[in-house]
Amino acid sequence: MSESLLSVRNLTRHFDISGGLLDQIRFSGGRFHRQKTLVRAVNNISFDILPGETFSVVGESGCGKSTLGRTIMGLYAPNAGEIHYRGDRIDNLDPRSLLPYRRKMQMVFQDPYASLNPRKTIRQTLEAPLRYHNPKLSNGEVQDRIEEVMLQVGSDPQWISRLPHEFSGGQRQRISIARALIVDPEFIVADEPISALDVSIQAQILNLMMDLQQQRGLAYLFVAHDLSVVEHISDRVGVMYLGTMCELAETAALFENPRHPYTRALMSAIPRLGGGPGGHVRLRGEVPTPINLPSGCVFHGRCPHANDRCRVEIPGLRRLDDGRQVACHGVEEGRI
Amino acid sequence: MAKLLEVRDLVIRFGLRTGEVTATSGVSFSLDRGERLGLVGESGAGKSVTGFSIINLISKPGYIASGEVNFNGENLARVSPERMRQIRGNRISMIFQDPMMTLNPVLTIGTQMTEVLHRHRPELSREQARDIALDKLRKVHIPSPEKRLEQYPHEFSGGMRQRIIIAIALLTDPELIIADEPTTALDVTIQAEIMDLLMELCEKDGMGLILITHDLAVVSQVTQNIAVMYAGRIVEKGPTSRVIAQPQHPYTRGLIAALPQSSRHGERLNQIPGMMPTLKDMPPGCAFNPRCPHVMEICHRQIPALRPGSNGNMAACHLYPEENAHE
Repeated sequence: MSESLLSVRNLTRHFDISGGLLDQIRFSGGRFHRQKTLVRAVNNISFDILPGETFSVVGESGCGKSTLGRTIMGLYAPNAGEIHYRGDRIDNLDPRSLLPYRRKMQMVFQDPYASLNPRKTIRQTLEAPLRYHNPKLSNGEVQDRIEEVMLQVGSDPQWISRLPHEFSGGQRQRISIARALIVDPEFIVADEPISALDVSIQAQILNLMMDLQQQRGLAYLFVAHDLSVVEHISDRVGVMYLGTMCELAETAALFENPRHPYTRALMSAIPRLGGGPGGHVRLRGEVPTPINLPSGCVFHGRCPHANDRCRVEIPGLRRLDDGRQVACHGVEEGRI
Repeated sequence: MAKLLEVRDLVIRFGLRTGEVTATSGVSFSLDRGERLGLVGESGAGKSVTGFSIINLISKPGYIASGEVNFNGENLARVSPERMRQIRGNRISMIFQDPMMTLNPVLTIGTQMTEVLHRHRPELSREQARDIALDKLRKVHIPSPEKRLEQYPHEFSGGMRQRIIIAIALLTDPELIIADEPTTALDVTIQAEIMDLLMELCEKDGMGLILITHDLAVVSQVTQNIAVMYAGRIVEKGPTSRVIAQPQHPYTRGLIAALPQSSRHGERLNQIPGMMPTLKDMPPGCAFNPRCPHVMEICHRQIPALRPGSNGNMAACHLYPEENAHE
């Protein structure tokens, strides 16, 4: 565990949506009692990220991948589980002792139109985190750092007195990346950083992210739903379904030979350029809500291979011979 | 027999306070019965406005400045609003991107479906309309449709809502469906199901489909022909497989090469530098010239016409000799 940059152990995050006291009161069996309604967004997830690697989390909307990224960043407090950064436990720290880790871990958000303050110039946006984390820097040094980071993300340093609305989506996303980079992090959580952008601009931002990774040895936690992008840039990929990690493997292994039935269905649905139509694995039914999680394996209601054991017992991630981890009774028993 | 749809030299303008801008110019394409055409481009390329113009859904300050939209030989750009209402939602249906925005949240699915039928086929009784609605819901594979008719949109998932939208579009057995980014708001597994469904329906009933999307991979699986739009013009068109395999226009080439699937794992993607010009500051000549790797002197002066490229795709690019320009 010492060599990994980030270790997540049994991370769980629930959201209480039961509302006020009156909303919680239920009447059953002749008496009143309080009942909480929980959205179980992230359940018992464990994985490691190595320095300088790109680890992607994929899954469909509502599977908890964004919540996972935000919980790791400390934007949500976990309900259970531990997060370690270079061996130090960080999920239970008070804000002051978390500060040095915040410098090392930064985040890039999905929507570059919503994540930049429209009333702050680019200079103010970039200056704030830099001064906050380095109060001793002189004005000249701050200016130098801002220019350096603007050049690195491919923006013109002369633009720093402009406001966000003067920029296109691609340029704004470059500025979001610059804001993350300016405190010199080692690890960046990128939550769907390109899904709001056009194809030709997506390629520009992806190239930028890959270049920066090479120059600075950054590690990424890349949260995305676009599987062909994930396939291209990731070293390892974790597939989430309904708050659980169902398969975790090296990119090539996962895309060439998915083992978990959900991963198989997901992979077969990727539209391929010039590939024929159809031929994808059709799933029965729909994704259940994360409020009332199915018993046993969360996927059993839609799985073509489900049996009685799947309906009762929750499968854990097990390591197979080729190093990948799969949470499936069928794969464990050799049925799939 | 006339083509199902023939769009000729369509010019759409928007009269803004700051001056008039041209959203599309010289857009021409045609569609046979049962044909599936993909209209591809990035945001702002003019693909949606082209789709809307077919059924005259362009709202002020936009207007069709010139050109023809011939549907079964009738020029829809010039018909009366009454005649348009007989065709829109009846002979031509439209499917929009966001299934939550298109359905009325306070009316049941049944009400919304029969409403369309009452409007276009007033002779139908309630029971007949209900039967047609049930039939269409079955066609889009919605389980227990009798129960579903009584439900409200919020009781459905995104994929189910989009199926209902498709069922509504099918109610009047249209000859043409215009689908504007029908799966962009949906997950991949659901996208695959919806696309399968659209193809199945087109093949079974001989409906024409115009699929407007930015997703080249989806278009390559579903359509027979593609028109690629850039900055308000069609820059390339041809059979889908050929446009994907041998793109002729530098923009199409760049777009396909920029997809992660076109590069090897972990390598830099082939990005197109810069971005699409806005309608207000179009460069003179070919609109792609500031980003084009093959830019020549003539590209700054003259807007290229669509002409056959080396493999028979039509491409609007000066790389291909002028002599071929006569269609």
